Amino acid sequence: MWQVIHEELKDKGLQIIGVAFDTAGKAAVEANILAEDIAERPEVLARLMGWAPELWDKQSPPTYPCLIDENHEVAALYGMVNVPQGVWIDESGQIVRPPESAGTTSMVRHMDRETFEVPDAAAEEGFAIRTAYVDALRDWVDKGDKSDFVLPAEEAKKRLRGPELADVVAAAHVRLAKHLYGQGNIERAKHHFDAAVELCPDKWNYRRQAMMLEPESVGELCAGPEFFAAVDALGDEPYYPHADLTPVR
Amino acid sequence: MNVTVLYDDKLTTVDAHKTSGDDLWLAPDQFAKATGWKLEPQGLCKGDLCVQTNNDWLSDGNVNLTAFASHLGQPLVREESINAWAFGESVSARHDSMYSLQAPDFTLPDMHGKLHSLSDYRGKKVFIHSWGSY
Repeated sequence: MWQVIHEELKDKGLQIIGVAFDTAGKAAVEANILAEDIAERPEVLARLMGWAPELWDKQSPPTYPCLIDENHEVAALYGMVNVPQGVWIDESGQIVRPPESAGTTSMVRHMDRETFEVPDAAAEEGFAIRTAYVDALRDWVDKGDKSDFVLPAEEAKKRLRGPELADVVAAAHVRLAKHLYGQGNIERAKHHFDAAVELCPDKWNYRRQAMMLEPESVGELCAGPEFFAAVDALGDEPYYPHADLTPVR
Repeated sequence: MNVTVLYDDKLTTVDAHKTSGDDLWLAPDQFAKATGWKLEPQGLCKGDLCVQTNNDWLSDGNVNLTAFASHLGQPLVREESINAWAFGESVSARHDSMYSLQAPDFTLPDMHGKLHSLSDYRGKKVFIHSWGSY
């Protein structure tokens, strides 16, 4: 879906890079970015994801780099905990907004678990959150350092999810899982993903991947009973807080 | 005995001199192949960096990779069914890198197998957008 924004902002100096955390690699990713697939997707997804109909209708397969990260390596490097998350990096290579939800929110809490339909109030909130995030990105592209959405270094550091021993051990489990997966040993791959989830319960990219390792589920959306049970187990904790775009100076 | 080692971003198969519990003893050439660290008179060296060797992990000319990695703060995860030894990154190295706010570089393939590095796009504003098919 970011292709529309890529078209709009590519000549103004923005490079979008998509990184797919997918241990099944190309097989999993392909189905999700091909044109035929996009055309088949129901409008209900636009509401679920908060994209305005005028943008949603213009979507096309991405021409910006869509990279495949079978080891979830970029997630570990940047301290990401779910997809989709966005990171903003300026021209000098400095992180000006660390990982945060890239325009989405805990819509999973509002949607119908069979049809994915969301009530109007939730859809409107999701739309407002998406619009605010995309507008913030436009503002940064336009104003650079002067943008209110460029975080001062101290604030950016505060928002990082710093690495702990559990994170680096989990990342090693995931690398081992990917190696085993490549050898066709799904059972042991799952074992190591589960170990990573146990070490880092807040890393939903690991959790969702662990639930979707079976060959027949590759490329499918993780929306089964196991996923919803995990979301419900959060109680009042947010599944996926939306980006805090309050200007910090 | 052949063992699989995942160290840094490299996967190698090396011939182990000896394994015992978590300890993985490698001859220096196998050690260098797996890790990039070479045994020199002044210690184990990679580029300009040298780590003084220690009797705990250098014995009869062989190096204990598990103990060396532990010295560097790199944890071990094993998969015994395939004799695989995966070493994680050191927390302090990751921490320093992250809190420098300098975006860590990475190189990954696109759908066509072409490799892209973040550093290829230095000089532009970059928006990394993570996603997954799940």
